[in-house]
Amino acid sequence: MTFAAASLKQLRAALDSRQVSAVELAEHFLNRAEAAHDLNTFLHIDRGLTLAEARAADARIASGDVGALTGIPVAHKDIFVTQGWRSTAGSNMLANYVSPFDATVVEKLKSAGMVSLGKLNCDEFAMGSSNENSAFGPVKNPWDKSKIPGGSSGGSAAAVAAGLTPASTGTDTGGSLRQPASMCGITAIKPTYGTVSRYGMIAFASSLDQGGPMAKSAEDCAILLDAMAGFDERDSTSVDVSTTSRKGLVTAPNLAAFVEQHARNASTGGVFQGIRIGIPKEFFAAGLSADVAQHVNLAIAEFEKQGAAIIELSLPRTQLSIPAYYVIAPAEASSNLSRFDGVRYGHRAVEYNNLGDMIAKSRSEGFGAEVKRRILVGAYVLSHGYYDAYYLQAQKVRRLIALDFQDAFTKCDFIMGPVAPTTAWKMGEKSADPVAMYLEDIFTLGVSLAGLPGMSVPCGFAGDMPVGLQIIGNYFDEGRMLATAHQYQCITDWHKRTPEVSP
Amino acid sequence: MNGVPAGWEVVIGLETHAQLSTASKIFSGSKTTYGAAPNTQANAVDMALPGTLPVLNRGAVEAAIQFGLAIGATIAPRSVFARKNYFYPDLPKGYQISQFELPVVVGGTIPIVVDGVEKPVQLTRAHLEEDAGKSLHEGLDSMGVSGIDLNRAGTPLLEIVTEPVMRSAQEAVAYAKALHGIVTWIGICDGNMQEGSFRCDANVSVRRAGDPKLGTRCEIKNVNSFRFLERAIEFEIRRQIELIEDGGRVVQETRLYDADRDETRSMRSKEDSMDYRYFPDPDLLPLVISAAQIEAIKATMPELQKATETRFMHEYKLSEYDAHVLTQSKALANYFEACVNEGGQPKRVANWIAGPLSALLNGDDELSIKNIHVAPAQLAQILIAREKELISQKGALELFEVIFLAEDESARNSSVEALIKERGLEQISDSAAIEKIIDEVLAANQKSVGEFKSGKEKAFQSLVGQVMKASTGKANPAQVNALLTAKLS
Repeated sequence: MTFAAASLKQLRAALDSRQVSAVELAEHFLNRAEAAHDLNTFLHIDRGLTLAEARAADARIASGDVGALTGIPVAHKDIFVTQGWRSTAGSNMLANYVSPFDATVVEKLKSAGMVSLGKLNCDEFAMGSSNENSAFGPVKNPWDKSKIPGGSSGGSAAAVAAGLTPASTGTDTGGSLRQPASMCGITAIKPTYGTVSRYGMIAFASSLDQGGPMAKSAEDCAILLDAMAGFDERDSTSVDVSTTSRKGLVTAPNLAAFVEQHARNASTGGVFQGIRIGIPKEFFAAGLSADVAQHVNLAIAEFEKQGAAIIELSLPRTQLSIPAYYVIAPAEASSNLSRFDGVRYGHRAVEYNNLGDMIAKSRSEGFGAEVKRRILVGAYVLSHGYYDAYYLQAQKVRRLIALDFQDAFTKCDFIMGPVAPTTAWKMGEKSADPVAMYLEDIFTLGVSLAGLPGMSVPCGFAGDMPVGLQIIGNYFDEGRMLATAHQYQCITDWHKRTPEVSP
Repeated sequence: MNGVPAGWEVVIGLETHAQLSTASKIFSGSKTTYGAAPNTQANAVDMALPGTLPVLNRGAVEAAIQFGLAIGATIAPRSVFARKNYFYPDLPKGYQISQFELPVVVGGTIPIVVDGVEKPVQLTRAHLEEDAGKSLHEGLDSMGVSGIDLNRAGTPLLEIVTEPVMRSAQEAVAYAKALHGIVTWIGICDGNMQEGSFRCDANVSVRRAGDPKLGTRCEIKNVNSFRFLERAIEFEIRRQIELIEDGGRVVQETRLYDADRDETRSMRSKEDSMDYRYFPDPDLLPLVISAAQIEAIKATMPELQKATETRFMHEYKLSEYDAHVLTQSKALANYFEACVNEGGQPKRVANWIAGPLSALLNGDDELSIKNIHVAPAQLAQILIAREKELISQKGALELFEVIFLAEDESARNSSVEALIKERGLEQISDSAAIEKIIDEVLAANQKSVGEFKSGKEKAFQSLVGQVMKASTGKANPAQVNALLTAKLS
């Protein structure tokens, strides 16, 4: 076993047995990250800051104050604000911005003893599906450096796949955790909206944004989500699960224990005995590439072979998720990004004639093309006379999409299908056609609009490129989702395959 | 009628921003104290740093509910915060969180009285929102920069909107004063107009009498006193009528009142008006208020002004006038009742508050009933001493002033009894003692006695003065009069 390929439990054991110290582990991964700089995954590394955290973790380990994650490195998508490391959101607007506080997610993982390796590249303000929209250059897919890693959490996915960090944080607004995980061959979960605090996550679309873990396996994701999730009084949309009656559902911080226990108790007549899996026909319609379809179908067949019941069903408004999402998300973004006016922080134009000119020039210079496109779309759909036809209509569609899912969950426990219609494409291939890029999000947008939890689990390779299986659960059913994904990973090894990265 | 020219009708609606007296801001934990050094009361949320989120202040919601209850409005079981989007350097997020389609308070009525006639003013709504910061230019021009102070950003406001039902500047001012009375009485706003805690914008239009169609309205901003509100509206009425009579048209616009020139002038026209792109704020859940919550707040509400006024008339046998004067503010009413509870006779307390106390308060704007030094018990003791003729009216006034103006704590806390002794203010009501003084005075003023006896009435007053002087002002004047009359007859 190499540390780069090790699971979180293996790293825990290595640290606890003093086979390695937190400082050594941090240096190991920092060295790998620096050696693999051509992937452009990291935007900011600061050895001093990382090693200080590692030394603190070693002190905790020495004193016996140890949790599941103490001393284990992690790296954060540059959407989470951090004290010390720059927080750029992949934008020139915030190229030199350093936050005076840590995001709740960062704070929680830090207090769990995780050691931050730094900040990971992403699409500007998390807007994109290929990581080509970063102001600091695209991230390369470690499986094929001529290809995109997916987005917007492309740096987070590529860094885990290349073994530059054991785990990373990401955010998902319309598929930004699941799609890059799928394209880089790693595991990620977007929890139910409200599970992970959005405080300190630089907002893209507030009603959709949700943070989550990216790692090598479902088991690792469960351990991470246990530490990341929880009610936060600083986020009004954060859910206090303890005060909500959700019968029989296992939620953080009991996910990892449940996953482990569930695996021990697995039925002998097939590990997926009693599980009903819904297969929406709209997820296998025209547009889905044949090789992706083949591997997703093989994965579903594996579930069936191990006792799961396969139920064909319909999510009839799947097509509508694209226009609904590309109205709602830009609308919220146009407002969320108004604070970047060059007045208090961030980029300010050097020359301007008056106040209005200063704001307009600062924003024109600071934002990239895709961000500007979405701000324009968003401002348009919210403007007087268009609001009802676009924004209000999209909200109605959103509700219907959520109802479709609830209807489906009366027939099944999980919904499965592809994460993305294709594997990772060549860099630049779709850059000229934003709409073609938007269409790539068709299988992930509905889950985001409905606020449901969704996962991507490696399920095969089309040629050299990984394919992800999407597992969608009902609200707050992350425990069973992760347990099921873990059992799938107990009988498959797709998640264990790693690309060759020249160190 | 009310200064409106014959043949014309004036239509006025008021929008009032009442700053809510919560300790912290509406969506952050920063303090709201007025007058702090720039940007010392602005935290990460107020500065709209990346990643920050708003969290609603429960106290602001309770204040809105109290207001709704006080004016008989409907408290919306579900209301929604919306974003009002526009760019301005002192608006840190690039949007203001307000309420748009679904406000927290709907309807309600505030009665006003103008020229003895009572009239109800119907309210459209009241909604919660956050204030913006301030742009500072003074003193910075020479450096070629403007300053931004975000201390005020995020201060909770209740925007209170009337129907267009007022028909004169006098009615508008009567409404503004009545509203001011309510928000300060229930304690949700300090009502300080100079500091901007209570700001009125007036929508004014005119039409020919009998015309069913409303005229084009102008909104007048920047009015920071009741007097200016009246003058600004009166100016605007004259301006609009003259404009129309000269064959012109009123243009819908926002106008600023300039108190120095006593005029309104155009700030921006409707054509420049912005599209605020309102939409529900996805960072905040809809505000849900249960009936139980409303009942709980109702139970903690103070007795309202009108109810207190009526109770004072019945419980303390006060005239309507006295009761009205004593309920001009909650603090005043509380002071009155505290004095009565300390043994002060209600009518005497009322007279003292309306007389000497008001006279002293009027002398200094900085003083208010809230921070006067005379404890209710002290005033009650003064009045009791006066009632028992232990001190003269002059002595009572002197005592009150001494405590009122006392600089140091010990004087303020002295007992009235001790002060009477200390300052030698005991009134002499012992007949024998007074007679002795009279005898001495008569003996020494035989000339005046002679004059009196020869019919000069004035001489009597001179003798009274001599007796009072000889007693160093302590002799009971009524007794002096009676005894002197007896001696001389």
